[in-house]
Amino acid sequence: MASIDLSRFHRTFFEESFEGLDVMEASLLALDPEQVDSETINGIFRAAHSIKGGAGTFGFEAIAGFTHLLETLLDEMRAGKRAITAPDIELLLRAVDALRGLLATARDGGAVDPGTVEPLRAELAQCLAGGGVVPQAAERDEVPASGWRIRFAPKPELFASGNDPLLILRELQQLGDATIVCDVDALPSFGELDPESCHLAWTIELRGEISRAAVADVFAWVEDDCDLSIAALTPTPAQPQSGSKVESIVASAPRAEPRGDSASIRVATAKIDALINLVGELVITQAMLQQLASHLDPVHNEALLQGLSQLDRNTRVLQEAVMSTRMLPVDAVFSRFPRVVHDLAGKLGKQVRLQLVGEGTELDKSVIEKISDPLTHLVRNSLDHGLESPDERAAAGKDGCGTVTLKASHQGGHIVIEVADDGRGLSRGKLLAKASEKGIACNEQMSDAEVWQLIFAPGFSTAAQVTDVSGRGVGMDVVKKNIQALGGSVELASREGAGTRVTIRLPLTLAILDGMSVAVGDDIYILPLSAVVESLQPQPEQIRRVAGEGTVVRVRNEYVPLLPVKDWFRVPGASRPPHESILVLVEADGHKLALQVDELVGQQQVVIKSLEANYKRVAGISGATILGDGRVALILDIAEIVRLATRALAA
Amino acid sequence: MNASAEAVNAESSEFLTFTLGAEEYGVDILKVQEIRRYDTVTRIPDTPDFIKGVVNLRGTIVPVIDLRQKLKFERAEYDAFTVMIILNIAKRVVGMVVDSVSDVMQLSAEQIRPAPEFGASVDTRFITGLGAIDDRMLILVDIEKLLRSPDMALLPAADGSVTQH
Repeated sequence: MASIDLSRFHRTFFEESFEGLDVMEASLLALDPEQVDSETINGIFRAAHSIKGGAGTFGFEAIAGFTHLLETLLDEMRAGKRAITAPDIELLLRAVDALRGLLATARDGGAVDPGTVEPLRAELAQCLAGGGVVPQAAERDEVPASGWRIRFAPKPELFASGNDPLLILRELQQLGDATIVCDVDALPSFGELDPESCHLAWTIELRGEISRAAVADVFAWVEDDCDLSIAALTPTPAQPQSGSKVESIVASAPRAEPRGDSASIRVATAKIDALINLVGELVITQAMLQQLASHLDPVHNEALLQGLSQLDRNTRVLQEAVMSTRMLPVDAVFSRFPRVVHDLAGKLGKQVRLQLVGEGTELDKSVIEKISDPLTHLVRNSLDHGLESPDERAAAGKDGCGTVTLKASHQGGHIVIEVADDGRGLSRGKLLAKASEKGIACNEQMSDAEVWQLIFAPGFSTAAQVTDVSGRGVGMDVVKKNIQALGGSVELASREGAGTRVTIRLPLTLAILDGMSVAVGDDIYILPLSAVVESLQPQPEQIRRVAGEGTVVRVRNEYVPLLPVKDWFRVPGASRPPHESILVLVEADGHKLALQVDELVGQQQVVIKSLEANYKRVAGISGATILGDGRVALILDIAEIVRLATRALAA
Repeated sequence: MNASAEAVNAESSEFLTFTLGAEEYGVDILKVQEIRRYDTVTRIPDTPDFIKGVVNLRGTIVPVIDLRQKLKFERAEYDAFTVMIILNIAKRVVGMVVDSVSDVMQLSAEQIRPAPEFGASVDTRFITGLGAIDDRMLILVDIEKLLRSPDMALLPAADGSVTQH
């Protein structure tokens, strides 16, 4: 045994432990002291138990010891020996945080100091010692006040009538806390199985104060196609399990989501990245072949061309499939918000309902990692500045409990994430007053949309008071900057008194960029489409020279500095006069710049390649890509060019 | 990736020989990844003349230097025979343009002489020695040192510690 190096298992242990903590946290937040769901408690207990086990095995005694206490407490709750109260849940949440801290220290190789968690440990111990009281809540869990035992045995031809037992079971779950047991006795062997017949029967224990009529209503459509019995549940503790052949399929209604362990494997991201790179090369090679084949005589080379078009299809499907392996559901970020909102709402004394919509929407792992901070900021903003206090809300005739909605969806090649609240909304007057106070350019004639944009100006903060939660003056401008750094955009819509909605639009992956290719001399450059405002062919009278040095172009009522890309990058060859070229208006950090290029080539999605891997960073260049003909094109870093150019022009 | 950069073998005596103008040069074969025809190079703005730009090497962006321009040869033409030696040094891939590649030669320790002092006019910092085979003379280049030189900056300078992901 001594020869086995346990340290190589450490990484897995830590990964799994952190996942376990996430599960514990989410479950604790879902736990309602009024109506305790035993499966939720079991889940929390199991997570704690495996962390304890792992910590013991790998010799993290402090962690194991602390978790043991936690586990004991959870075990008592699980067994119904102890009621679960809101303060208990708070305590458990704090214990989860402490445990996360301990694990992080251990992971980073630090010595775990049990002293740091001593106060919490004492609290847990005290809670344990003071326990033993079995109040009514626990009893209620064991002995339902009322409920129904339903035996639902559809006839084999149920499906023929267009009914689906699953829908019925789901409807039952919505009525109350349903324990559903599936009876597979009638199931024939696989060979004899008729997939169009129903062979299953269910026994459902439905707890809650539900009228018999409500239950019967659910079965209204299938009454004639099944054997149905609805009997009142007798309040006897410990329901006897009905026979050994009964298999529990749906354990408990709301928490029935399988963890999906067996359906997924852990793969190092480096392997996936290598795969994505290889597929990228394949796509380029394929494009090269396609280009070569376009010169061939289609009559003589029919078979070859057919093969090539098949290759084209397959490579594209393959690329999509490989790209999707890096995709994670946005739930990975969303799942932290119930906790954030829970804590914040408590701190601010507000009542908040958090709604998550579209958690299953997938996007690239690297994007997920980077949107977490901006989103947290937005959610905090909504809670702190957006939502009113319960009294204010009541006075405004609104529900005392505010709603914050996080919504994710796909739109084209983008993911759109919305953070919306039904709070007080932005006040146009206040914003304008604040902006002029801060010396930010604004006027009364600005449209609402333009006024909302003021909030993204650097140094702008609308909070009347700086609070602990948000509003330290680094605000929305940082959010906007971070989102733009990801190639995305931020929009804001608001109605006074009705709420505010911030919409973030992001590319699905950082590996691909929507680009506009432009020609300068013989070179092709890629401009990120997100930075391009418009492109135009200027008239000679639109061009003005300023103080003999810089050149500006007049676009509508604005003078925009002009930058010939040819001179900037010292591309060989004679420069064309501006009015014979194309100007591409780009914007970054609120500054506009007109880039003078020779031609617009087209719009395309490009795969971003690193220039730094084998070379070094080049000013004004964010990366490179490979064009269809195999040549390399450089991707311009608009933010940097704008910064350097405006500085050069200002000097 | 046949030439692992770490495995720089001090005893290595196999050299890939190439010509620049009328002279024959040699580089440690373990640092050579492959040889390719000179392809269309994409210029990088604001770089010295001898850095020709970048090429696409099967999906990887690789910088290309022209050794002839770096060593101040007057003639640096690009024709059908111009080739690139793709070097793999310290996990970085760099292309090097030369006039032509000749062959691979084995040199024993006694065949290698120290580089003579040419005086200030010729840069001998990157020459490790001269190899003599019959009546031919090979100029052996310390390619790693060349790429680490400040004006190239193709490899991190300093002590060879590579800070790369």
